[in-house]
Amino acid sequence: MTVSATIVLRGRGVVGGRAAGEALVTRDAIPGWGGVNPQQGVITETHHELRGKSFKDKVLVFRGAKGSSGWSAMYHTARLAGAAPRALVFNEMTTKVALGAVVMHVPSVTALDRDPLDLIETGDWVVVDGDAGIVEIHKHRSQPSCPPSAGPQGQDDVRTQSDDQVDALPG
Amino acid sequence: MLRLTDDEKSMLDGRAGEARQKAMDLLVRYAEALGAERFVDTRNVAGVPGSANPFLQQYYAGKGADGLDAIFSFFDLDSDELVEIPDALVPTYHLQGGADPRQWQTLGVRVDVFRNYQEREAFAARHDVNILKTCTPYLAGNLPARGEHCAWMESSAVIFANSVLGARTNTEGRESTSAAMLTGKIPDWGLHRPECRFGTHRIDVDVEVESVMDWGMLGYFAGEAVQEHIPVVIGRFGAPEIVRLKHFGAAASSSGGVEMYHIVGTTPEAESVEMAFGRNRPAERFVYGKAERRQVYDRLNANASDPNVDFVMLGCPHAAIDQLREAATLLEGTRVSANCHLWIFTSRAVDSEARRLGYVKTIADAGGVVITDTCSAFAQAIPPGTKVAALDSAKQAHYLPAILGVQAWFGSTHDCIAAAVTGRWRGERP
Repeated sequence: MTVSATIVLRGRGVVGGRAAGEALVTRDAIPGWGGVNPQQGVITETHHELRGKSFKDKVLVFRGAKGSSGWSAMYHTARLAGAAPRALVFNEMTTKVALGAVVMHVPSVTALDRDPLDLIETGDWVVVDGDAGIVEIHKHRSQPSCPPSAGPQGQDDVRTQSDDQVDALPG
Repeated sequence: MLRLTDDEKSMLDGRAGEARQKAMDLLVRYAEALGAERFVDTRNVAGVPGSANPFLQQYYAGKGADGLDAIFSFFDLDSDELVEIPDALVPTYHLQGGADPRQWQTLGVRVDVFRNYQEREAFAARHDVNILKTCTPYLAGNLPARGEHCAWMESSAVIFANSVLGARTNTEGRESTSAAMLTGKIPDWGLHRPECRFGTHRIDVDVEVESVMDWGMLGYFAGEAVQEHIPVVIGRFGAPEIVRLKHFGAAASSSGGVEMYHIVGTTPEAESVEMAFGRNRPAERFVYGKAERRQVYDRLNANASDPNVDFVMLGCPHAAIDQLREAATLLEGTRVSANCHLWIFTSRAVDSEARRLGYVKTIADAGGVVITDTCSAFAQAIPPGTKVAALDSAKQAHYLPAILGVQAWFGSTHDCIAAAVTGRWRGERP
């Protein structure tokens, strides 16, 4: 296994917990109601650069949230459907993304010391620590022998923690 | 660092009952996520408490027990256990949702789903929630005062409350409004704070902006230009008019995330350019002229090519009484084409007035239908077989093609009614 190039960003934890996954990155703001299919975890907005892409089990890296006040309910529904992202990394704080992150129960970090949109590419392996406010980026090109879907060793327990959160649904 | 008052601590400790404890716990998590330092008191909540679409109906079926409500406990309050829901602590209003109790079959709603909507409405009503069932609460009985702290959902209503009325609300969500209903609290953050209400971006308008369609296009431009920031719109406009501002704001909050705007000389916190910007220097300046107007028109009509219109939808945001009067006047003595359907959405309050004034009958005699509670995008309801829709709302034109995969023409109310009568789109590019 090659040693991965790791970049560490420090910011403010929004929702606690630790999770890791493959990054899905967009500079477009993420839409809520009317621009997303929450049961499938897919962006559907007509002009969106992620149109047709799934955020399920991804670490969603984005600028901010936009659109309808149904934002939180959409991503809350995605959590119930098992289609939520594993973690959020974002730049611009709004009520939509704050409430959405809270009801998704996923580790979330914002206000990072360097712009995550410049440093994280779709496909990178990203570890998000919402308690410490730390984001660790493992560039995927440095790990050819270790596809992100399988995950490097030592991160399985991290993912289990995130899965537990999904399983711990009410009712 | 979030500081709590004694009554907030008391609710969080459970001294005001389990449901208020869960509500306060959710609000604390939310306020901490925002980085808020305190809460404000609110006595004006607009949300969708306890409502359930078919997915939530099915997901929570059988999960209540002992008369306790699973949807409100688990979804609205994000609680991990069932709790008994008390009545609303502060005045609370139900926004759009469910289906028109008269026209639910027209909307194609299954009977079991409709019965469930009725049960959810009865649940809200039992808890003293005013059943307005509209995205335009300000046209249906909830008119906040300038400076009033509100907790509202519905982006088009939030932007209207902040900008036109001078009330103070962020774009709240389902869970935060339901928690506010039980506690009368919402985080003191963003637009609740005077220093966060000043303009950030300047838009100079050098083209005539007159009709509802014109204002919709300008709003769509503003939202795309400033995204979630606060535009200050400067131009020579006629007298302020509620319906035009309703369409402007709905468009700006759809193409971007605008929650507040200033129109110098029109909106209450913008008597002058200086007052609108306060201490802010404009981060960017945009010009809206003929070329920009044409680009917006083309963008809103981007996915339409077939001139054969089989569905015309008006009433996004819900029609004001004057808009139903306009539709009735245009339709009087005509007939909607046999190949086309015409649906006009409004609130129960406006529908009731329009019935008294005979507008609903005139529209029905021409073959159109007035429908309350919802809209095509929200209910994902269009007449069976619809391929091409015509709309006079930039907001609906933004959402409907994405949600239902139909072509959508955008134009004036007049263009839309003409399309309903002839079955052909003849809207003109400005």
